[in-house]
Amino acid sequence: MIDTLSHLPRPDAGAAELADRFSDLAPPLTARQAALESARCLYCYDAPCVNACPSEIDIPSFIRNINHENLQGAAQTILSANILGGSCARVCPTEILCQQACVRNNAQECAPVLIGLLQRHAIDNAQFSEHPFKRAPASGKRIAVVGAGPAGLSCAHRLAMHGHEVVIFEAREKAGGLNEYGIAAYKLVDDFAQREVEFLLQIGGIEIRHGHKLGDDLSLSELHQQFDAVFLGIGLAASKRLGLPGEEAPGLLPATDYIRELRQSDDLTQLPVAERCIVLGAGNTAIDMAVQMSKLGARDVNLVYRRGFEEMGATEHEQDIAKANQVRLLTWAQPDAVLLDDLGQVRGMRFARTRVENGRLQSTGQTFELAADAIFSAIGQAFDGQALSDPLASELKREGERIWVDAQLQTSVPGVYAGGDCTALGQDLTVQAVQHGKLAAEAIHSNLMLNVEAA
Amino acid sequence: MADLSIEFAGIKAPNPFWLASAPPTDKAYNVVRAFEAGWGGVVWKTLGEDPAAVNVSSRYSAHFGPNRQVQGINNIELITDRSLEINLREITQVKKDWPDRAMIVSLMVPCVEESWKRILPLVEATGCDGIELNFGCPHGMPERGMGAAVGQVPEYVEMVTRWCKTYCSLPVIVKLTPNITDVRLSARAAHRGGADAVSLINTINSITSVDLERMVAHPIVGNQSTHGGYCGSAVKPIALNMVAEIARDPETRGLPICGIGGIGSWRDAAEFVALGCGAVQVCTAAMLHGFRIVEEMKDGLSRWMDSQGYQSLADFSGKAVGNTTDWKYLDINYQVIAKIDQDACIGCGRCHIACEDTSHQAIASLTQADGTHKYEVIDEECVGCNLCQITCPVENCIEMVPQDTGKPFLDWNHDPRNPYRVAS
Repeated sequence: MIDTLSHLPRPDAGAAELADRFSDLAPPLTARQAALESARCLYCYDAPCVNACPSEIDIPSFIRNINHENLQGAAQTILSANILGGSCARVCPTEILCQQACVRNNAQECAPVLIGLLQRHAIDNAQFSEHPFKRAPASGKRIAVVGAGPAGLSCAHRLAMHGHEVVIFEAREKAGGLNEYGIAAYKLVDDFAQREVEFLLQIGGIEIRHGHKLGDDLSLSELHQQFDAVFLGIGLAASKRLGLPGEEAPGLLPATDYIRELRQSDDLTQLPVAERCIVLGAGNTAIDMAVQMSKLGARDVNLVYRRGFEEMGATEHEQDIAKANQVRLLTWAQPDAVLLDDLGQVRGMRFARTRVENGRLQSTGQTFELAADAIFSAIGQAFDGQALSDPLASELKREGERIWVDAQLQTSVPGVYAGGDCTALGQDLTVQAVQHGKLAAEAIHSNLMLNVEAA
Repeated sequence: MADLSIEFAGIKAPNPFWLASAPPTDKAYNVVRAFEAGWGGVVWKTLGEDPAAVNVSSRYSAHFGPNRQVQGINNIELITDRSLEINLREITQVKKDWPDRAMIVSLMVPCVEESWKRILPLVEATGCDGIELNFGCPHGMPERGMGAAVGQVPEYVEMVTRWCKTYCSLPVIVKLTPNITDVRLSARAAHRGGADAVSLINTINSITSVDLERMVAHPIVGNQSTHGGYCGSAVKPIALNMVAEIARDPETRGLPICGIGGIGSWRDAAEFVALGCGAVQVCTAAMLHGFRIVEEMKDGLSRWMDSQGYQSLADFSGKAVGNTTDWKYLDINYQVIAKIDQDACIGCGRCHIACEDTSHQAIASLTQADGTHKYEVIDEECVGCNLCQITCPVENCIEMVPQDTGKPFLDWNHDPRNPYRVAS
């Protein structure tokens, strides 16, 4: 259990009650609902929804297939563009992607087609007697993929399809990355993340070696030598620190640590609950943390952000979820000091009120305190220090802190590709990572085959 | 409010909405409910000679649009399966109780003069207002030499009509089958036989769908199926054309027409009237929604007539007939061009791909900076076919704008490009 919170009480609610609270936030469509909803699709040409989908799923086509009772065809269309289409259907912020772009999303038409739920319907209900993708004849090429998150898995599947052998190196016990360890439990319920990985691996030619971590027992130099190409999908494993005294005190921890614990827990009644808690940050992770603490029974959940609602990373839809779960959203306040009790445990936080002056965020000089039994920080993710420390890895060109890649996902080091959150390209979204992995695999494949022809 | 009452072929009714000969008019219980709901008349489901017909199970199947909207129903039900005596007794009673409503009795007996001579006085004795000859039923009965088997042979139509006019003093309405090549031949035959009116269309031969697991068409009877008769909104365009063909045929000009086929709203009814009908019959819409629909039909028709200044149906009956002509009389110099209202456009691209793939490449797709597309009509390429307007999901977004070509009216008959033009 999470040591730093071991002094906190356990939920009042029983297992059944908690299970109910953590059930599917957006329950699946029934067949009838899917038929009705799919009929609303206008089957646009050069459809705006496809343009808005980072993984370029042919949405009108799969919806038409659903409407024509061809769920397998629908699922195959989705999976051929996005092999993690099942989890993306659940975790994508469709309200800022496909569904925002839907031509029916206007005042006259009232509501966009529920593309995410239709995608889930197709994936969940299509029955394949065998894996729907075939492998090309063996190429004899071996590719190392670092990280079994959405980017790495997507890359590996596409590479395997092209006939290559893939070895995925994964630090944790399970594959899936944030789908397994980082998504709010009520968005991706039961063991779907693992089932999706199992489905993906059915294609064959992919070996996952767990317990290997870049910068630990794995170096980019070695991988570069041993494999024909390397793909880095290492994400951002470390949580950014507040940089305040008391950061190590019991009661203060990164939200991602708690979420990971919650997702892996098979007994929610044993999780520590902070009756009064503070969540720092404004992204979807902050919302997920606050909502989950509220669902566990916390009665006073404050989400504090140093800027205003407009700048929040969390979408309006996410903010609404927070509000519906009695989370208080406080803006224009930044952490000033961690407040500890006599035992050295967190008792609250002092905040400085903020405002923008001359384009810069400033403290107004006013402060206020919030009492809390725990503070969860969700102010962003970073590389953990060791990941890119070996001689070759340290050569990688950076963009800001992240790894620079070109449009083909190639890094500054020939033969090394990267995708997902560890790169600066695109948005930090599962669907974006999947697309990166897919494009990188295509680029790797083209380059390797080019070399074969040239040889 | 406009006066909806009519006198059609000598038959008076408080409104032009009649229920067609079909299950809704099979017995007194249904018909009384229909009259209570406000229907102006009924055509009692077809009577035949005893012994009464026997029906199978199941009987109907449908052609569905998206969201299970029924586009059309197909049925394999025969004429009444109750005895003649029961039907005649109920008709007599209902007509007595509802004297102001039109009571028409549909008939189908073998194509033998004796049979008609026998049944007609019995029917007339009920006090009904008229008879309708079922020459249209396309399933089951034709195999026994009745229904469409008669309607498809103009000589039989004329002959039986004449028998009816001979042995009966009531107005005779001949119901026409659409399962022919030229409906005018049947209408002319009825007219020659002395018919007071024609009604059309009866149902169209159809198979709506096939169960691909069992490999049998619908509706399924055991492990078999048979073709049935198709009706409902899907057949309305076919019915409207056949009505118009008869309305503008010089040989039958002035013959009262009762419109049937896919009428479910006041607007449908008004369209049939505009093409020459003096009354209409409804079945499928009532079978899908119940008798209550007549309320909205009456209200809507009456309000629309008020808005147009029409005081009675006669004021606009046939008003669109004169504007319905042969292709060769159309103005070849008339030109419309599509115009897209960019503010109303939702960017679905349907107009573009329809025109690009299947028509005249007259709608350009312009990629915008944000990756969306703007659609613009290329005026020089547009032939004014209406396809873009048809495929556009937004009403009134695409307008077909008449162009001032500066050219006079010119029909094909006089067009210099026509090698067979009429010499001027």
